[in-house]
Amino acid sequence: MNFWKRLKSDRLAVLCMILLLGVVLLGIFAPLIAPHDPLEPNIKFKFADNSLEYPLGTDQLGRCVLSRLLYGIKTTVVLSLLTMGATLFIGTFLGIIAGFSRGKVDEAIMRLCDVLLSFPSEVMILAIVGMLGPGLTNVVIANIAAKWAWYTRMIRSLVMEYRDKNYIRFAKVAGCSSSHIMRKHLLPGVLGDVIVLATLDTGWVILTISSLSFLGLGVQAPTPEWGMMLSEAKNIMTTHPAQMLPPGIAIMVVVAAFNFLGDSIRDALDPKGDQTKAVVK
Amino acid sequence: MKRYILQRFLAIVPILIGISFFAFFLINIGPSDPAEVALRVNETVATPEAIATMRRELGLDKPFFIRYGTWLLNSLQGDFGNSYITKQPVLNEMSKAFPATLALASLSLLITMGVSIFFGVWCAVHEGSVGDKIVRGFIFIGTAMPSFWVGLLLMWLFAVKFDLFPTSGMDGFHSIILPVVTLSLTYISTYIRLIRNTMIQNRQENYVLYTKVRGLKEKTITRHIFKNSLQASLTALGMSIPKLIAGTVIVENIFAWPGIGRLCVTAIFNRDFPIIEAYIVMMAVLFVVCNLIMDIVCALLDPRIRQGE
Repeated sequence: MNFWKRLKSDRLAVLCMILLLGVVLLGIFAPLIAPHDPLEPNIKFKFADNSLEYPLGTDQLGRCVLSRLLYGIKTTVVLSLLTMGATLFIGTFLGIIAGFSRGKVDEAIMRLCDVLLSFPSEVMILAIVGMLGPGLTNVVIANIAAKWAWYTRMIRSLVMEYRDKNYIRFAKVAGCSSSHIMRKHLLPGVLGDVIVLATLDTGWVILTISSLSFLGLGVQAPTPEWGMMLSEAKNIMTTHPAQMLPPGIAIMVVVAAFNFLGDSIRDALDPKGDQTKAVVK
Repeated sequence: MKRYILQRFLAIVPILIGISFFAFFLINIGPSDPAEVALRVNETVATPEAIATMRRELGLDKPFFIRYGTWLLNSLQGDFGNSYITKQPVLNEMSKAFPATLALASLSLLITMGVSIFFGVWCAVHEGSVGDKIVRGFIFIGTAMPSFWVGLLLMWLFAVKFDLFPTSGMDGFHSIILPVVTLSLTYISTYIRLIRNTMIQNRQENYVLYTKVRGLKEKTITRHIFKNSLQASLTALGMSIPKLIAGTVIVENIFAWPGIGRLCVTAIFNRDFPIIEAYIVMMAVLFVVCNLIMDIVCALLDPRIRQGE
């Protein structure tokens, strides 16, 4: 396929993919790789320097920073991927229904999206966390709720492009059921674009989840999470500033990799593509 | 033109009604009973009788739509009820905190605009040069760095290490500098990229070719391109004013800046629903109004838009 060829020729994109895959694997196998229990305090060794035993040192409770980072992948990255997955599922489902059915159903879904999109997503997330209370599950729900409307609208507009293509018309004339057309003919058409949108957004979701944890609205202590670790590092900033580095760098690298990969995928799909569109969004 | 503005004004009415309904609905489907919360924060034992009295006091015993109607009418008159914690009217609390946020957001907006227009235009003109590559590297890192980390690093460097600015609080001009820099940095990278890319794209257009054929100076051509690129940037800017005000939440919490973002997060911890409700409605209205203004400005600048409607 042309798209894969173009993507493969982009060395940085391949590098990002390998990096992200590696990060996810590290997260999944964290219990096997991590040198220590991320939750076990060891006051005797607090603020230990880098050593073979503690490669990144220990924090204010003597917990191994490397182990906490590794376990944090599961919380931060895996949850973000989960959030994106759920958002995409809802967005694609409603978007295809709205775009394909037209009429009243379409109108109803779109008006609902209009109202939801009139909130900045940051405010929407705060509103939902405010209503449900702090906590990880609520943060994930809030992220999904804040994003699905945007995806529904995007996917609907993609569906509109395909809807009147000849092969869809032919399928209709041939007597295929609506659900068959949606699943077999519309879904594969829009899926590629949807994945690009999702890759571009995953970095954003990671930032949101860790920001909320940093504020104390997401993950609750002592669960290891990168934003949470930074919030703990804030309290001991004057005495041990180096504690801010590992989680901050981890977030930055993963988000940068997702952003870059998203850009590369977009270029590969549409070499002359409109670059401003994604930025304005 | 008048017709266009009127049309746009009428179009936001249903959206505003939708927003207010949504905000009210959110709080009311929440898992915790506002009456119970109101009792608990005052350290009263939540006996069934006390809850029943409180429900009557808060008007929670009435049907949903009547409650919504009353709430809507009251909020239209600026009455968002009283805070559960301080017992003060929400409007007072909000208006006490708003100037701090406004100062933070508007100063950040000015800096963001100034810096990103300068670097955006410069990079577009010198596309591919070493400077352009450096700026692009900065943009790339800037979009990936979480704003709370940037804030912490700045705070450590300038407040702890060099002791140039206070770490937190609001007293005097020098305490606003770190929050403003943190907030601007988050947006600057997005806008440099936007302006740069729009200008580069615009350079392919026919009107640029025509200016070249006419033999105009390079500077004049750049000015033409800039004017035409401004529209995309203006729309994005309109979107980002409320985003900026909403984005102050994190910065305000890092630097203990007493604005509405901090008020809202505190309210979330305290389950102080009237304040959360008011915050949501205020932000959404701000968002809609800013969009409207930007649409009108764009229509004023570009006749193609108003004729398209």
